[in-house]
Amino acid sequence: MEILGVPSALLGSQLLVGLINGSFYAILSLGLAIIFGLLNIINFAHGAQYMMGAFIAWLALTKFNVNYWVALIAAPLLVGLFGVILERTMLRKLYKLDHLYGLLLTFGLALIIEGVFRDQFGISGESYDVPDALAGGINLGFMFLPIYRAWVIVASLTVCFGTWYMIEKTRLGAYLRAGTENSQMVQALGINVPLLITFTYGYGVALAAFAGVLAAPVFQVNPLMGSNLIIVVFAVVVIGGMGSILGSIVTGIGLGLIEGLTRVFYPEASAVVVFVIMVIVLLVRPAGLFGKA
Amino acid sequence: MTMKKAISIACTTALATLSAGAHAQVSGGVVKIGVLTDLSGTYSDLAGSGAVLATKMAVEDFIAKEKPSFKIEVVSADHQNKADIASNKAREWFEREGVDTATELVTTSVALAVMKVAKEKDRIALMSGPASTPITNEQCNDVTVHYTYDTYALANGTAKAVTKQGGKSWFFLTADYAFGQALEKDASAVVTANGGKVLGSVRHPFPGSDFSSFLLKAQSSGAQVIGLANAGADTTNAIKQAAEFGITPTQSLAGLLMFITDIHSLGLKTTQGMYLTEGFYWDLNDETRAWSKRFFGVQKKMPTMVQAGQYSSVYHYLKAVKAAGTDDTKKVMAQMKKTPINDFFAKNGQIREDGRMVHDMYLMQVKKPAESKYPWDYYHVRQVIPAAEAFQPLAQSRCPLVKK
Repeated sequence: MEILGVPSALLGSQLLVGLINGSFYAILSLGLAIIFGLLNIINFAHGAQYMMGAFIAWLALTKFNVNYWVALIAAPLLVGLFGVILERTMLRKLYKLDHLYGLLLTFGLALIIEGVFRDQFGISGESYDVPDALAGGINLGFMFLPIYRAWVIVASLTVCFGTWYMIEKTRLGAYLRAGTENSQMVQALGINVPLLITFTYGYGVALAAFAGVLAAPVFQVNPLMGSNLIIVVFAVVVIGGMGSILGSIVTGIGLGLIEGLTRVFYPEASAVVVFVIMVIVLLVRPAGLFGKA
Repeated sequence: MTMKKAISIACTTALATLSAGAHAQVSGGVVKIGVLTDLSGTYSDLAGSGAVLATKMAVEDFIAKEKPSFKIEVVSADHQNKADIASNKAREWFEREGVDTATELVTTSVALAVMKVAKEKDRIALMSGPASTPITNEQCNDVTVHYTYDTYALANGTAKAVTKQGGKSWFFLTADYAFGQALEKDASAVVTANGGKVLGSVRHPFPGSDFSSFLLKAQSSGAQVIGLANAGADTTNAIKQAAEFGITPTQSLAGLLMFITDIHSLGLKTTQGMYLTEGFYWDLNDETRAWSKRFFGVQKKMPTMVQAGQYSSVYHYLKAVKAAGTDDTKKVMAQMKKTPINDFFAKNGQIREDGRMVHDMYLMQVKKPAESKYPWDYYHVRQVIPAAEAFQPLAQSRCPLVKK
C-alpha cells in the first residue's frame, strides 16, 4: 500500500521515529518552559546541562562502573545541584532586570561549560552502549524498533506528564504558580518563595540532564551535542507559548512528528521545517499555540 | 675572560658570519611557519593541537638532524573553520609578521580562501587537512601543495574495494552541502565504473544528529552498501544508529571520510568490519610506530593521517629551504617538487605540477574487538594502493597548470 507515493511501512516507521525525537523535544522544552514560566529566565545553558547529564552517565560508567539505571537518577541530581548553585550565586541577582541579562549570563555559562568539556574530552565524542536490559529490538512488521527507543518514549512521556501533574494538580504546584503571580503575597502567607524558585530552577536543569542520560546511548556523547539541539528546542518553546507547561509537551511531540514526515517527503527541508512553523505561528498567534496573550 | 671562552666566542662569531654569507637569502635569517588550523571545532581532534605538535616535532627534528644556519619559528592560530577569519589571519601573517608558509588549513572553504591569499602575497600554502579535489583542479595554483589525501583518493580507495568485493548496489547518505555532494559524485562514479549500481541517495541537513529516518530510507532501498558521504559527528552518529536499528549486519556501511579518531571514539564493537581509506596508520612498520609513540607521549592520542602528514610536509619544506639556500617562494616550490619525499609518512612521494602530493594510500578494514591486541590496534591493512592509482590521474586534471 502506498500513501502519496510512499510505502505505508516506510511512513509508519518515520512517524515512529518522529515520535521518539518528539519526546526528546518535549522533555527539553518542558524544562525550559518551567524555568521561563516561573523564573522569567531564558535558560540558554539548557543544552550544556543536557550534555553534562550525558557526560556524567558516561563518566560514571567508564570511570566508576556505575550502571545506566543509577546514572539515570544520579546524573539529574548532580546537574540539578549544579543548577541550584548557579541560581543561588548568579541568576538570583538578575530577576529584577530585563530577560536579556539572564539570556546573556546563561549563554556565557553554556560557552564556558562546553569549552571545559571540549578541552577535557576532545570533540569526537565518546560512545555509550545501550544497557543490556534494553538492547535488541522488536520487529514490528513495518520496521525494526530498537527496544531502547521505545523506552525513550515511555520514560520521557512519563516524566513530562508527571511534571505537568505536579505543577497543575498538587499543592506544591499551586504554591509555585501562586509564587510567580504575586510573590510578595505568597511570602506574606508564610511560604519561602526564594527557596521555591531555587528548587524550580534545579528541577528544570535536572530535566535537561535526564534527557541527556536518555540520549547518551542514542547519540555520540560529545561536548557540542546540546548546542546542536538547543536552537530547535527554543523554537518548540516559542511555538508552544513561552512558559506554557502543557504547550511545550504537546508541541514537542507534534513537531517531532512533523519533522519525521518532512524527512520522508523532502529530507533537505527537515532542518528548517520547525522554524518555518515558528514564523507562521508567530504571525498568526504571537503568544504561541498554548500561550496566554 | 678565559682563553677558552674567548676562543669559543671567536669561533661562534666566525661561524655566524660565514653562515650569514651563505644564506643571506633567507629573509631576516628566520623561517617562520604558521599553523592555521581548527583548534576548537569539529576538526580539532583530527587536526588541531595535534597538528601544532606535529609541526613543532618536525622543526625540532630538523634542527637536530640538519643543523640549519637559519632560525625557525612556529606560530599557530584557530581559524574556527571560517574562511574569512582564515584569510584575514593569513594576510596578517604574510604582510606583517613575515610568515613564510601557512600550513595545515583543514576545511575546504578555509583552504580555498588561504591559497588565494598565498598566491597574492607570493607565499606557500601547505595543506594537510582539507579534503576537496578543487584545490588541485579548478582552483589550483603554483604556491600550493595538497599533501595528505583528497576526496578522490578516499572515494576511489573505499568504493572500489567494496564494489569489487561484491557490494554491487549502493545507497548514499549525503551531507547536504558542497563537500558531501562532491564526495557522493566521486564515489558514485567509482561504483558504476566497477560494475556496481547506485540505487539512490538521501541528502541530510548539515549538521544533523538523528539519522534514523534517513537510515530507514536507506534500509528500505534494499541496497547492499550504504555509503556515508559525510564527515565528523554526522558519520559517527549515523554509524552508531545504523547498528541500533539493526541495519549493519544485513547491509554494510562504507565511511568515505573517516579518521582513526572516529574509530577510537565509536569503538570497535560498532565499527568492526568497515572499510576505509587512510594515508597513514601508526602501526604500519617500525618507523611509523617510533614516530607515533613519540607523538602519543605528548598528545595521549595516536596521530591521524592529517597530523602525520603535517609533520612530513613541514619537514619537506624546511629541507627544501635549506637545499635552495633561500625562502624565496618560487625556488623553494621548485626544490620541493624536484625532491622525492622519503620519510616515515611517505615512500617516494612526489609533488606534481598541479600541487598534488602523490603517495601510497592504504585500504583498511576495522578489526573485530577480539582481534585488537593493544590500545589503538584498530586496522587490518587490506591493500596498499600504489601512488599511481590512488590519486586522480594528471590526464583527468582540470588544473590549468597541467600541460597536456
